[in-house]
Amino acid sequence: MPDVRIGVYVCHCGSNIADKVDCAGVAEFAGGLPKVTIARDYQYMCADPGQDLIRKDIKDHKLNRVVVASCSPRMHEPTFRKTLESAGLNAYFFEMANIREHVSWVTEGREQATEKAKALVAAAVARVFYHEPLYERFADMNKRTLVVGGGIAGIEAALKIAASGNQVVIVEKEPSIGGNMAKLDKTFPTLDCSACILTPKMVAAAQDENITLYTYAEVEKVEGYVGNFQVTIRKKARSVDMDKCTGCGICYNKCPAKVPNEFDEGLGMRKAIYVPFPQAVPNKPVIDRQNCTYFQKGKCGVCSKVCPTGAVDYAQEDQLVTEDFGAIIVSTGFETLDPTLGPQWGYGRYDNVITALQFERLVNASGPTQGKVVLKDGTVPKRVAVLHCVGSRDLNFREYCSRFCCMSSLKLAHLAKEKTGGEVYSFYIDMRAFGKGYEEFYNRVMEEGIHFIRGKGTEVIQRAGELFVRTEDTLLGKYREVPVDLVVLNVATVPRADAEKVAQTFGIQRSPDGFFLEAHVKLEPLKTATDGVFIAGGCQGPKDIPDSVSQGAGAAAEALSLIEAGKVKISPVVASVDEARCGGCKACLALCPYGAVDFDDEKKVAVVNEAVCKGCGTCAASCASGAMGVRHFTDEQILAQIGEVLAV
Amino acid sequence: MKNGDFEPRIVGILCNWCSYAGADLAGISRIKYPANIRIIRVMCSGRVEPTFVLKAFAEGADGVLVSGCHPGDCHYGEGNYKAYARKVLIEKLLHQFGIEKERFKLTWVSANEGERFAQIVSEMVSEIKEIGPYRPPRERMRELQPGAGTPPAPGWLAEEELETAVAGGAVAGE
Repeated sequence: MPDVRIGVYVCHCGSNIADKVDCAGVAEFAGGLPKVTIARDYQYMCADPGQDLIRKDIKDHKLNRVVVASCSPRMHEPTFRKTLESAGLNAYFFEMANIREHVSWVTEGREQATEKAKALVAAAVARVFYHEPLYERFADMNKRTLVVGGGIAGIEAALKIAASGNQVVIVEKEPSIGGNMAKLDKTFPTLDCSACILTPKMVAAAQDENITLYTYAEVEKVEGYVGNFQVTIRKKARSVDMDKCTGCGICYNKCPAKVPNEFDEGLGMRKAIYVPFPQAVPNKPVIDRQNCTYFQKGKCGVCSKVCPTGAVDYAQEDQLVTEDFGAIIVSTGFETLDPTLGPQWGYGRYDNVITALQFERLVNASGPTQGKVVLKDGTVPKRVAVLHCVGSRDLNFREYCSRFCCMSSLKLAHLAKEKTGGEVYSFYIDMRAFGKGYEEFYNRVMEEGIHFIRGKGTEVIQRAGELFVRTEDTLLGKYREVPVDLVVLNVATVPRADAEKVAQTFGIQRSPDGFFLEAHVKLEPLKTATDGVFIAGGCQGPKDIPDSVSQGAGAAAEALSLIEAGKVKISPVVASVDEARCGGCKACLALCPYGAVDFDDEKKVAVVNEAVCKGCGTCAASCASGAMGVRHFTDEQILAQIGEVLAV
Repeated sequence: MKNGDFEPRIVGILCNWCSYAGADLAGISRIKYPANIRIIRVMCSGRVEPTFVLKAFAEGADGVLVSGCHPGDCHYGEGNYKAYARKVLIEKLLHQFGIEKERFKLTWVSANEGERFAQIVSEMVSEIKEIGPYRPPRERMRELQPGAGTPPAPGWLAEEELETAVAGGAVAGE
């Protein structure tokens, strides 16, 4: 090894560090450490003159290691690594001592701060001695993108990527794409019809030659890494041959088995062979085997008999296909809180208490009542209550605000007024009309004569056959019981029941509220903990349509920036095996969360797949023979650091 | 105890994604805490080998803090669970080496818990001030039995035996 020559630079950060740390003293101390060729202190190391100083010293003093004592490496490590590279030194011959966030900003006394700064500098010097040159590598990027979930966010993402000429596959669990938005009647604040703006996009996705739709399908397994994912998709047996079916609809008109329609939130009925809604894409039926007489009792077969093209295929089985993708966009959406969890809301106990989505289906012209708002007995309600924040902003249920329900409640109040002409009461805690045109919409609805009651609708009771909503009217300072005929509960938005399973499949983390966690709450809203896996829409948290569409487009941009780069950068900070020392115990294989360690059966040693390894080091920590190590976090480096950090 | 002037030295081994960022946040928020801790960064608490902890004590640390992401939040999925599993092993080793297990701590601090990090450090510093400076069992044994020759290797001394010896020595010394 050539002689190690270390340069140490102690940054003042203006007065941020220099106020508490004797920077000149620390530099002088560093100058006396072994292998340190030169040590300086300077006003701002990250500024151009500071970096020039390092470059000049590397040249003049033939430095081959650099330590900068300044802020957190999470802040400027990339900056100084580039400085080294520009001076012809490998970027990994660099170490940072964090004497701002961990010293000057948190320490009372100047003496203690200076001593602590010296200790951290000594540790960094000891560590950098053992640094090795490392090189970033590149892997090819598969240009195909997988979009999981065909709601509005997923559709938008797919359309954007397809428009660039790249291939997209949409995997949708339900028989049709469209998601939650397809169930809505009107959309706020413009009141344009949801289907009118959504269905053209659904059709465009189906017709785009760059988009492949797998509806009634689910992702089973994801292997590989950014640029090279291998995804196993289960195409559930539809019992209908998609190629033969023309979508004529004779089968579901003739089918004798009736079941509650999930798409109508259980309000209407559908058949056992069905398309979920008239504008479904693809508009081809599927057999619900649980409720099909043929599958349950072995007789019937009406659909097969009436099908003019012989498309019904009872023998069809689930198909497993494995395809390769470079990037994945997860846009699996959300659900709403089960209203029976709060018996005080009366849902399931009283006939005329329904959820917001059920109300959407009632007012929808293609819904179970052809757009008429009626009570269970078929009469038109004269008094309708819309309850905001049902289960939202409530420590007993969901702490968070469901974000779009103020606006959707306003819209429902408007529709209730329009459709029934009766009295409409809106029970709210605060009115959160945050978006473009939203406050204006609120004003408009107020002028329509809706009764706004500032108080949470806490309880729905029934007395002598009449419903009452109980609230504390906080403007009047009085408890009130408001008699109504129909109660609409705008229940909280919640993560889907299978969110945990989906998160595990794709290597996504979840925030405490259960929604998918973004890589950074402000600056990386679409990335996840797994490179190449992005999130968009309601799966990340409650979102209205404009936000979901923006995120879908944003996720498409994230995927395209990878695709266009053509290559993916692989960090050199990964595990490596010393084959001579490996005992072949395979402990590391089971520990690796990414399955990045394989076993070479011939050599009987562990092998690291560097493209999959993320460099966490769990394997290294558990290796009994010390054969497994992590580059840039080697035992030598860490032990040297521990030794010297206590030397001052 | 005579620990009034004693300033313990604590080595903190923090994961990059949560706890190190949490310590950064304490700084950004200008929350003051004792300067007794010196922080070393690893990518994941799952990287922490028992050797790292023992090395710190061998170099004269009075305490070692390992901190990672909260359960369920690990950047690598489950590295923190591995660290938790290893905690049992580390405590056992410390016991065998005659090191009080209170000197070792494993905590979870997220990237937005700057205040919590400062509090953990403050509490740990006062707890270790209570326990007193770390001295290798060998050193303690030598004080108890002056002139008794080389005491047995501390690694083989069970904590109970050490406690008995310490108690006996204290009586003998008075």
